[in-house]
Amino acid sequence: MTGTAKLRMAILLAVIAGLALVPFVVGEFYLLLMTKIAALAILAISLDLLLGYSGMISFGHAAFLGVGAYAGAMLAPEYEAANMLITLPLSIAAATLVAFLIGVLAIRTSGIYFIMVTLAFAQMAFYVAHDTPFFGGSDGRLIFSKPQVRLGDMVLADLSGNEIYYYTTLGFLIVSYLCLTMIVRSPFGQIIQGIKSNEQRMRALGFPTAKYRLASFVIAGAFAGLAGYLLAYQAEYVSPAMLGWQQSGLLLMMVILGGSGTLWGPAVGAFLLIAVEEFLADLTGHWMGLMGLFIVLIVIFLPHGLAGLAARIYRPTEAEVDDD
Amino acid sequence: MPPPAKKRGRLFIWHKHMELSFYLIQALNGVQYGFLLFLVASGLTLVFGVMGIINLAHGSFYMIGAYLAYWLSAMTGNLFIAVLLGLPLSIAIGFAVERFCISFLYARDHLEQVLLTYGLILIFNEGQRILWGNDVYGVAIPNWLSGSITLTDTQSYPVYRLFISFACIAVAVGLYFLIHKTRLGMTIRAGASNREMAQALGIDINNLFAAVFALGAGLAAFSGMIAAPVEAVYPGIGENILVVSLVIVVIVGIGSIRGAFAGAMMIGLADAFGKTLAPDYASFIVYGVMAAVLVWRPQGIFGGSPQ
Repeated sequence: MTGTAKLRMAILLAVIAGLALVPFVVGEFYLLLMTKIAALAILAISLDLLLGYSGMISFGHAAFLGVGAYAGAMLAPEYEAANMLITLPLSIAAATLVAFLIGVLAIRTSGIYFIMVTLAFAQMAFYVAHDTPFFGGSDGRLIFSKPQVRLGDMVLADLSGNEIYYYTTLGFLIVSYLCLTMIVRSPFGQIIQGIKSNEQRMRALGFPTAKYRLASFVIAGAFAGLAGYLLAYQAEYVSPAMLGWQQSGLLLMMVILGGSGTLWGPAVGAFLLIAVEEFLADLTGHWMGLMGLFIVLIVIFLPHGLAGLAARIYRPTEAEVDDD
Repeated sequence: MPPPAKKRGRLFIWHKHMELSFYLIQALNGVQYGFLLFLVASGLTLVFGVMGIINLAHGSFYMIGAYLAYWLSAMTGNLFIAVLLGLPLSIAIGFAVERFCISFLYARDHLEQVLLTYGLILIFNEGQRILWGNDVYGVAIPNWLSGSITLTDTQSYPVYRLFISFACIAVAVGLYFLIHKTRLGMTIRAGASNREMAQALGIDINNLFAAVFALGAGLAAFSGMIAAPVEAVYPGIGENILVVSLVIVVIVGIGSIRGAFAGAMMIGLADAFGKTLAPDYASFIVYGVMAAVLVWRPQGIFGGSPQ
């Protein structure tokens, strides 16, 4: 391990330790909020796999969040707790399948067309949830209890407490972070980054670039499905708004606010954006407009996010190289 | 003869009077919707073609137009005065947005353009909520256009819908002359084909961009205004039209106004016939068309090279 790698590991462990102490420090409200942030952080880092590593700007990531959430809600029995060992894999599978179906069509385009196609298909998913009685229509669906981990009739863990549900979500965030870090460092990750910087060159080298882009899109969709499931049980409620274009835009903003192409940046971005949202919502009922203003100002003045800012402060020469 | 459908839920509903006049009415509806979509999509494609900006807030100008039509016609009692007052106002808003926000984006990548214009949508929607609330409003059709033309004993067609089509044709012809026959149009075409060269030849690119953006905003606002009497004015109206315009741009390829026209007519007709023949699936027809085009020609129907 080099010096910086040691330092990064130390920071990561310190952050995890800090997050593990959260339930001892804050009250009920903030614990629920931190659970929501942890789930949204999974979404943000999975979107960063597309944005920061594959060079695919998806404006429809909320669709997979929604599929995971709705699958989790639809699979939950009404009068007893759902078994996470069954419902979670099925929800992730549903999100993966939908990501594959949308991805097969969307990866046939790139650049701005990819943005528009993903936005349009996500809007279609929104209409499916919003207009079909089967999915509960515009009212959404309630979930009546938090999931359990059961083997047969034996309850291994009951996730109905707020603390344990927070730790579960945090655990999934850490696992997702480690998985995605390994993915971007693997040969697969090197190839998708190569496609990001120059797709033609990678194709000339013999890589089936379309398949790699699709694989990356589907992996991101699967993690989004996981996050959606966790969010659904956190709120004990799913609604079409989870799939809306506003949600997709907020997810993109989390990645940009933290800094794309770093994985840790988008996770921090998720925390900051929700903090800003809570602050503005406390301030005024018209907080969505202020959020819009915040987004406009960040894009104009801080386009590389906090990671870019940090790089500029600590390593000015490298930052200029990054800025090219 | 297929049996008549007894309830909704079938894929197709067979009407008793599926005669020529039925098809004529659907075709007229489709063409009218297509013209409206064309005005919105042409602004979107013009702004991208000339300025290289992908503007998600384009639908917001349609929304602004629709609400101004409601608000000003309620105050003045006349839709035409509302359009005369509202159109310059919308163009001025478009101009201001270009100066204070979009002008930061010219050297930036598409992600930043998409995010900034997404932020603008949130701001405009909040403005709409503050000024007009979450209610749904109707706009009265002017008296002299409120009649309908009798087609058969049972079917007739509202005059106002025909008027929309003719108004759009007039604007489209005006747009054609503006782009092909005027000096401003010449600079727009020059800017679209080669920005640096146009600049080197002494065209003030900043003024040109502001003018093009304001023109795009005006086109979207105008369609929002004249569509207001046939479609209710409601929150989220801008995003609905935006998504359909994006689909049009995807299926025909961006940058060509002629392509936007063909795409708008295709979607308009598919929507009108879909709504009557398969009402339960009508909201998905637009996406079905897009998916089919992506499979068949991912570069867009009129796109030359792969994207």
